[in-house]
Amino acid sequence: MELILVNIIDGLVTGLLLFMLSAGLTLIFSMMGVLNFAHASFYMLGAYFAYQISLALGFWMGLLIAPLVVGVMGAGVERYGLRRVHQYGHVPELIFTFGLALLIEELVQFIWGKNQMPYDIPEVLNFTAFSIAGNSIPAYKIFMIFISVAIFIGLLYILTRTRVGMIIQAALSYPRTVEALGHNVPLIFMGVFGVGTALAGVAGVIAGPVLGTFPGMAFVLGSIVFVTIVIGGLGSLWGALVASLLIGWITTFAKSYNLAMSDILNGIGIVTPSDLEGNIFRDIWSVTSPQIADILPYILMVLILIFRPQGLFGKRHS
Amino acid sequence: MSQTDLPDPARPKEQITTDPSRASERLRAGGLTLTIGPWVIAAVLLAILPSIFTSNAALTIMNQMWITVVFALAYNMLLGQGGMLSFGHAVYAGVGGFACMHIMNASDFFASFPLPVLPIFGGLFGMGLALIVGSFSTRNAGTVFAMISLGVGELIAACSVIIVAFFGGEEGISGDRTYAMPFFGNEFLQQIDVYYLTSFWVLVSAVLMYLWSRTPVGRMANAVRDNPERAEFLGYSARWVRFFSFVASGFFAGIAGGLFAINYEILTEENLNTASSGVILLVTFLGGVGLFFRPIIGAIVFTLVQTVLSLQTELWAFYAGTLFVATVMFFPGGLAGLMMMHVPVFKLGKARLLILPYLKTLLPAAIGTLALCALVEMTFHVRHAASGDHEMTLFWTTFDSHTALPWIVAIAIAVVGLGIARMTAPALRDAWNEANTAGGAA
Repeated sequence: MELILVNIIDGLVTGLLLFMLSAGLTLIFSMMGVLNFAHASFYMLGAYFAYQISLALGFWMGLLIAPLVVGVMGAGVERYGLRRVHQYGHVPELIFTFGLALLIEELVQFIWGKNQMPYDIPEVLNFTAFSIAGNSIPAYKIFMIFISVAIFIGLLYILTRTRVGMIIQAALSYPRTVEALGHNVPLIFMGVFGVGTALAGVAGVIAGPVLGTFPGMAFVLGSIVFVTIVIGGLGSLWGALVASLLIGWITTFAKSYNLAMSDILNGIGIVTPSDLEGNIFRDIWSVTSPQIADILPYILMVLILIFRPQGLFGKRHS
Repeated sequence: MSQTDLPDPARPKEQITTDPSRASERLRAGGLTLTIGPWVIAAVLLAILPSIFTSNAALTIMNQMWITVVFALAYNMLLGQGGMLSFGHAVYAGVGGFACMHIMNASDFFASFPLPVLPIFGGLFGMGLALIVGSFSTRNAGTVFAMISLGVGELIAACSVIIVAFFGGEEGISGDRTYAMPFFGNEFLQQIDVYYLTSFWVLVSAVLMYLWSRTPVGRMANAVRDNPERAEFLGYSARWVRFFSFVASGFFAGIAGGLFAINYEILTEENLNTASSGVILLVTFLGGVGLFFRPIIGAIVFTLVQTVLSLQTELWAFYAGTLFVATVMFFPGGLAGLMMMHVPVFKLGKARLLILPYLKTLLPAAIGTLALCALVEMTFHVRHAASGDHEMTLFWTTFDSHTALPWIVAIAIAVVGLGIARMTAPALRDAWNEANTAGGAA
């Protein structure tokens, strides 16, 4: 029972972290119809910038400045890169962001090298918040949860309750009409792209110390983020939230409970073959859930795409 | 450029009717005719290249190149001909390759047929996997297809560490190609023998893929790419057209995988993962999607960049990435598209007009870019070289990277070179417009 509670908290942290990335990505998608492959790269840039700033000014200034820098870079990418490629169609846009992701990874390796950066949790938050039956929960995890929840509420408030949010929502559905009403739609697009990447930057700043700041961090998280928004339904903010939490919990639970495939197969009445060593299916029999935890999201995505192509909460059919 | 769009009295209008007695127009009608010329030239080139570049390293590079050509052409069947963007195509080549490795290791069976037949098995396995995946992934093109391909790609790449029996886990699977039945007494011990085997398969697969693009289903793939709704109204199922393209592409990707297995005699997880899939996307797009032959140029350029540049600098991937992003942004037709842009100029007989402006703009631009690369290399050296190691060699000059002089020189060359290019660019644009306009003094 206690272990379940600990896992719920761990999964919540992972899920909310994923949500910070997928929220921006899904907003950008519903606006421009393009999946930004470089989204996780901005997350990585956030972590690296925050590390560099924290060397000089400390963690908190990093948390403040790094997302701003990342957001400005994101807006620049939209203004000078994506807008140019947009005229060629969607596939070149997708390829452009893919190339950008490769380029940013190379750039990070170029500047900071291939090793992991010593970017650590700040001293103030480096203590145990509370413990559940001997399992200590670090304060930093609680801090991560608070930051993500605050961002989610803020985002929801801005999008649904403010004038700016109304204009953004209108620009999502009827960009031409909104433009005819005198709003600068390209500027709104650029702004949303900037804010989306800045959110990814925040995620990078707070995830860097726990998940490690290294050149592969974008790649590790990047494809999971796509999986998340595809499962949630492209363009749906609520879908992104639900799918993020779902994936966070599924992977956490699969990792901490050691379920073996042989037990499951035995459970449904298939008997383990006697000469397991010589059997060509021996690897399937010996699979355990921690082994496949990282590919569970992909299996889930393929299943969702086959049976419900628009995703859990998606309305539009792309 | 807009002048070229105007109706041009000097050029006859594009003929609408087709005359089947002329080879070029039979092609337009979708007939299965092959213009022999280019293929003969390609075959002769393939045959004589090893006599020009005799070293073993050159043979290895060329083998790598031809394998990439087959793979890029197969990939272009999806991206270029069918409009399907796949982020996991390495999987089909990889699985084909792994299957070939297993056949190589099944000694009794392997000894019963000659080695040149092996890639067919790779193709069949690639096709088999494509049949399974394609049955659900080709329902949609566009983003959904791209996402499924990514998901399936990641899934199979991740399986390589779990299903050890087939993928061999971390260390992969290795074999020995010489156990095959001797082919006219040849056991493929030498690199040159493998080269001719690869060349043969490149030619055969390229011809087959070209013919495929000429069949009705190949033509329909283009129609479905451009306007699936309209194709459906004409009575074709967009889904099945995509499915056939996908399966055929899987077959040829598998052949590329089989050739890889024969060449390197080892396959690992690296042949399956997203990075390899990304590389083939990069290669295809660099050459240019759309027209059939374009990815060949991409494959050749990329392999050269990869093998030659990576000997010179650690940063080759950075340059390749920059080249790729620049291509997507400025030349969506790819390198081949850039070349094709000059065809009208040559047809008008005005290519001479462009030589001088090109020299004036591109030469300084190239020098300026090289100076930029030098700056990048120097920065890299200062940041990452072992401490105390201040000497570096760049463009055949050895200097101390921690002194100001080389930096000043490089910055000066970059500024001057790019500055001249910027100044002469308007003249080039004028010359380009002039060269593309019919009539006037040539």
